[in-house]
Amino acid sequence: MTAVAAHTDHHDDHHHAPHGLKRWLFSTNHKDIGTLYLWFSFAMFMVGGLMALVIRAELMYPGLQVVDPEFFNQMTTVHGLVMVFGAVMPATVGLANWMIPLMIGAPDMALPRMNNWSFWILPFAFTILISAVLMSAFGEGNPSAPNFGWTFYAPLSTKYGPASTDLFILSVHMMGISSIMGAINVIVTVLNMRAPGMTMMKMPLFVWTWLITAFLLVAVMPVLAGAVTMMLTDRHFGTSFFSAAGGGDPVLFQHIFWFFGHPEVYIMILPSFGIVSAIIPTFARKHLFGYASMVYATASIALLSFVVWAHHMFTVGMPLAGTLFFMYMTMLISVPTGVKVFNWVATMWRGSITFELPMKWALAFVVLFTCGGLSGLMLAMTPVDFQYHDTYFVVAHFHYVLVSGAIFSIFAAAYYWLPKWSGVMPNTFLGELHFWNSLLSVNLLFFPMHFVGLAGMPRRYADYALQFADYNYWVSIGAFWFGLSQILFVIVCVLCAMKKGQKAPAAPWEGAEGLEWTVPSPAPFHTFDTPPVVK
Amino acid sequence: MAEHNSSKYYVPESSPWPILGSIGLFLIAIGAANFIQQSTEFGQNTLRNTGDLGGWILITGVLVIIATMFMWWRDTIRESITGLHNAQLGNSYRQGMIWFIFSEVMFFGILFGAMFYARWLIIPWLAGEGNNAMTHELLWPDFQAMWPLTTTPDGRTTQAMGAWGLPAINTAILLASSLTLTIAHHALITGERGKLILFQGITVLLGMSFLFLQVEEYIHAYQDLGLTLEAGIYGSMFFFLTGFHGIHVTMGTIMLTIMFFRILKGHFSKDNHFAYEAAAWYWHFVDVVWLFLYVCVYWL
Repeated sequence: MTAVAAHTDHHDDHHHAPHGLKRWLFSTNHKDIGTLYLWFSFAMFMVGGLMALVIRAELMYPGLQVVDPEFFNQMTTVHGLVMVFGAVMPATVGLANWMIPLMIGAPDMALPRMNNWSFWILPFAFTILISAVLMSAFGEGNPSAPNFGWTFYAPLSTKYGPASTDLFILSVHMMGISSIMGAINVIVTVLNMRAPGMTMMKMPLFVWTWLITAFLLVAVMPVLAGAVTMMLTDRHFGTSFFSAAGGGDPVLFQHIFWFFGHPEVYIMILPSFGIVSAIIPTFARKHLFGYASMVYATASIALLSFVVWAHHMFTVGMPLAGTLFFMYMTMLISVPTGVKVFNWVATMWRGSITFELPMKWALAFVVLFTCGGLSGLMLAMTPVDFQYHDTYFVVAHFHYVLVSGAIFSIFAAAYYWLPKWSGVMPNTFLGELHFWNSLLSVNLLFFPMHFVGLAGMPRRYADYALQFADYNYWVSIGAFWFGLSQILFVIVCVLCAMKKGQKAPAAPWEGAEGLEWTVPSPAPFHTFDTPPVVK
Repeated sequence: MAEHNSSKYYVPESSPWPILGSIGLFLIAIGAANFIQQSTEFGQNTLRNTGDLGGWILITGVLVIIATMFMWWRDTIRESITGLHNAQLGNSYRQGMIWFIFSEVMFFGILFGAMFYARWLIIPWLAGEGNNAMTHELLWPDFQAMWPLTTTPDGRTTQAMGAWGLPAINTAILLASSLTLTIAHHALITGERGKLILFQGITVLLGMSFLFLQVEEYIHAYQDLGLTLEAGIYGSMFFFLTGFHGIHVTMGTIMLTIMFFRILKGHFSKDNHFAYEAAAWYWHFVDVVWLFLYVCVYWL
């Protein structure tokens, strides 16, 4: 092993950060790659947000004013795809990249080059997907972008799908490759790279939730790849997977899609649970209540997510036994989720709570995510779902869990860890404005959707009956308000990136625990080259 | 718990290969989407790409990916040979490979799941089982449930692929190849170089003969049985399952061939042969998939 000694000498020469474009293109550094993920997801959040505003502009008044119904359908489709695969997922991967090695005392992710590849596939994949929208908006003859909804049900996406569906299919393949590699990296890092003494049950909950998320990703992204590949061959090579005339079934597509799709929604929310479980104990100045039960609850949610998929398709026609099974399994998920909400509340019980920005976002998350969870429980009941299915009630439900749930927790994470990433405290005044405007507007945006949904307004249409006009007007006001509020967050982030602001100490939050606060702010390019010992 | 060695965990310097690989994937995706549109008929769409560049972009992408793999792994192999990899890094590689194989298991899992959904639910329902009597009556009243589905609801017919003959020979070949590969692996560990080269070579040849016979079987299916991709759900499932398995055998054979040449160059030692192990695991995985395939697709 003489070469090892030589390597140690060699490595000591390289403790400076590389510069210029190469630093970002060729990076093997978990912090740089994490930063790339976060900025990319933020850009996609803006792109998807603009599409949402096109949708809300059209729906502000009844009748058709702004766009063709054809283009409206493309907007709802690509908005969903960009937000799910481009905004929420890469944002949580960015957080994982930045924080997991710092939290477990590892020098980097386990497979740093593959980490770079996982990220750099994404901009190319979204170039392909978004090029379809640009061609539709500006190209000769306006060839349609994907227009079948983000769930791309057959036969809308097979027999009736536009030519750009093929671009969509191949870009989903690329996103899948990226996600699988990213997830493998997280699993291996967590299982193999922990510092001495950092046992599994000492890991911060964010690490646990990401470990379980990564497992879900490795398990279901190949299923999505299978689904889009079957679509591709149905479209071009005459197979009959989703065509009853050849002995297949369009419903088969829905089963495969939702076998991916339900774990996918937990992929988007489990890291949020981890974030909130880090923030609430800090600002309540107490240990997390029921740590072990949190771990088991996360694992239960993940396992149950594999046996609930058909609750998305109650109205499609299933044998009664199947319907009942999926209904009861779905309701069962509320037990571990309830454990989590209980634990967060119990953590705050008799704590010395202060309401810094991360805590405000985390509290908003707990309340609003629970609202979304409760409407989910309503949707879980089969007979009730027959009324709610494909109405704005469903839209309200999943935006409560994804916008005021997942996105709010990502904001919480950003305000919590920005001092560590940038070395300066995020601007409090702008942050407060961002929080209060987002909190109020998000409720104006999504709460009335419950009412129009219960009254029967269907989703994914460019027009609606006159009776829904008043609510939709206010929903659109909320949408533009929420969209504009995010500009404040752009300014907060840019200020931090430019190091403008109050300098942050190594541990800026009084009650915070964890290895990430033992390194300076901003975190040096290389941390924990020699693993710390956790007692 | 992580093992700790005297040496540090090796974190590579920045590398240009991942981004090159992303460009390769980008070209493959763009090229494949256009190539497929340019070379097949589909749908009622008039607005589609009808040029002829797709194929060339696709080929360029594939070449870029091959170059990426070559350069990337050249770096990795050099690091390994110069002793930069410690045992903890070896664990990372091994665990990474195991999870990659798990993702492949899920991919084949969903294909098998789809096949059983078709066999056990779609086809009986189309034939009127459960509460589907009216579906059957109104859509295709003459349709009869069977598996393999040799007559589709809209009347396309095919013959089923038998389980004996070529598929049985292929089963024997793959099982034998797993055995010879294991013998080679043991020879590597015990340091019997001649035996290692011999059995590794036999394994590669067995892999190639499997692929050759698979091609023969496909020709037989298309020319004699009328069993094609267009022959309804049975043909779709048959070619998807055996085809994706065949692609994996091709990948495995390429991997084992590269391992053969690396053995000749003396890259592996008793303690340091992760790449060989990974290729072997992959080969055993495709072997196990084939056993399920043989039982579920050909036999039952």
